[in-house]
Amino acid sequence: MGASKPGVETPGYSHMSLRDRGSTARCAPKLICALLLLCLLAICRTAFCADPLVLPPVIYHFGLGQEPPILVSMSGLNGEAAQVLQFDLYVQGFAFTNAEAAQFQIIGSNNGNLEARVVQRINKSELLGNRVYSGPFRRQVHHFADDFVNAVPGHAKGIAQTRIMFKGQTGGASEIYIADFDGHDSQQITRDGSIVAAPCWVPHRPAAYYTSYKLNHADIFYHDFSTGSRRVFAHYGGSNMSPAVSPDGSRVAMILSKDGWTDLYVSNADGSNLRRLTKSPQDESSPCWSPDGQLICYASKEGERRSLSVISPSGGTPRRLKTSTAYNPTEPDWSPDGKYIAFTSQSGGNFRIRVIPAEGGDAQDIAEGEDPSWAPNSRTLICARRAGGRGNYVLSLLDVMTKQVKDVSRISGTSSDSQPSWAK
Amino acid sequence: MKPIQLSKLLVLALTLTVAATGCKKTPVKVTDMNGPRAGYNEAGNETISNLPPTEPIKIGPESGANALPNKEGIPSVGPDRFKNYIPHPEILKAYSVYFDYDSSVIKSGEKPKINAVAEYLKAHPGEAVRIEGNCDERGTEEYNRALGERRALASREALVEQGADALMIETISYGKDRPVAPGHDESAWRLNRRSDFVVLTPPAAP
Repeated sequence: MGASKPGVETPGYSHMSLRDRGSTARCAPKLICALLLLCLLAICRTAFCADPLVLPPVIYHFGLGQEPPILVSMSGLNGEAAQVLQFDLYVQGFAFTNAEAAQFQIIGSNNGNLEARVVQRINKSELLGNRVYSGPFRRQVHHFADDFVNAVPGHAKGIAQTRIMFKGQTGGASEIYIADFDGHDSQQITRDGSIVAAPCWVPHRPAAYYTSYKLNHADIFYHDFSTGSRRVFAHYGGSNMSPAVSPDGSRVAMILSKDGWTDLYVSNADGSNLRRLTKSPQDESSPCWSPDGQLICYASKEGERRSLSVISPSGGTPRRLKTSTAYNPTEPDWSPDGKYIAFTSQSGGNFRIRVIPAEGGDAQDIAEGEDPSWAPNSRTLICARRAGGRGNYVLSLLDVMTKQVKDVSRISGTSSDSQPSWAK
Repeated sequence: MKPIQLSKLLVLALTLTVAATGCKKTPVKVTDMNGPRAGYNEAGNETISNLPPTEPIKIGPESGANALPNKEGIPSVGPDRFKNYIPHPEILKAYSVYFDYDSSVIKSGEKPKINAVAEYLKAHPGEAVRIEGNCDERGTEEYNRALGERRALASREALVEQGADALMIETISYGKDRPVAPGHDESAWRLNRRSDFVVLTPPAAP
């Protein structure tokens, strides 16, 4: 076997069957030892704890950004169906190759409705039986993509049918938009001709909090998309900024300046019981919540040095998070599984997405971008990337585990799309 | 792979399994907020076991040019106090205050403009001013929104020090959403790092 790097497609070399039941692991030569060990680990875990009838998942314990993509092949699909499917799978850590080199073979047709099945190449067993889809065409493909991803043992749940929200700018005005996660089927939510900022989905509800300057004042609005109704949520003196809804939807963290400094506050979802969590002339910005609702992470500053800190929503002493080697961290976002915090690291004119363990630690460099928001799968991020003229942003999807990156479709009419929030 | 290596791996894997892994459903780790805390220095090494509380950060002279006054902030006036006032952006247009990169400190060279704005307000007791904080495009969006607000607040503190009435001043931040100069270099950025002063006259004023 020749030398090959993890994460690079190397079709044609021999594969090892690592277990006697079904699933196989495709691995680069340098990683054989690691994979073997991990698969043994998985078997042992099953033996000790799990239901013996359930096939143990293949758990890749590679570092962030170092996981090789799962190789798939596709036959019988063409045109938009093939494009949508490739996009959907690429940003979840899959890569396409020929049928002989693939771990999973997708076989289907898209004459009329989409029809597809998935076979495991190594033993020709069926991973996913033949299914026929209906509905709008892109949705059919997204649905199949989710069915497939959800059938892959050990892989994070599919995200192809999820939605995003973001700030779309045209000239001097900006509005709130929602769209499919790939930027298609977008809808303009606001038509105020003003400035909006920092939209944040309410978990499990078609609703959002965002900052709007509609009243010639920087206020936080609550907007229910199902009824179209909205109300002013935070309208204090000074600027009301950066709302972040707790995972259970019961509380909102935000940045207010009503007491003379820009500080971190938290209130109930209806705006009652407002509490000030920090009291500092230095900056606090862009809060986010841990998935259990026990901590708020935010960008802060100690002396001359910017950092990320966490604090309990009931107050107390903040704790600084270690973000080794990452300069000027801002815009943290906590992964839904609680394991990671993604953030923007700025060094000069360079903006990079970096990820640390939630307790702090070494910051893994993932890709160019700003203002990351995690997908429900805790492995794909959406972020804003400066393109062309430095003031304009495009949205970009990146798979943290493989560092595979794809830009999202530009919304027609907007010159800059930024501040994405992924519906969870 | 040789059998001897395989058996070594097996032993290692079993050891790791027993030692390091539990059942599949390990609960999400919650960081305990009580007890001693580790801090980190610039190199990322642990330094102290207890971080000080967050109450007003002490900033000594050694903190350099970005040091902010160590005092309580001035509470903002209510959001609707000047709701029906009429804005006059042109009156104090020449007195916009400019800032250094990533700073909300009023530079000494900008203080004459602060003094002039304060004198204007003192000479027109019925009028108010809205201070609009702005940033260049280099920072991230919400960081800049907070920075723009701090620039407006610092401008307000300076006006109050010069005898202006804090109850006749409101602040707003536009972050980097309203640049006056469209370019992408320092010649544009320095014009965008600013506080603008918009005179507000009461509706009944002539």
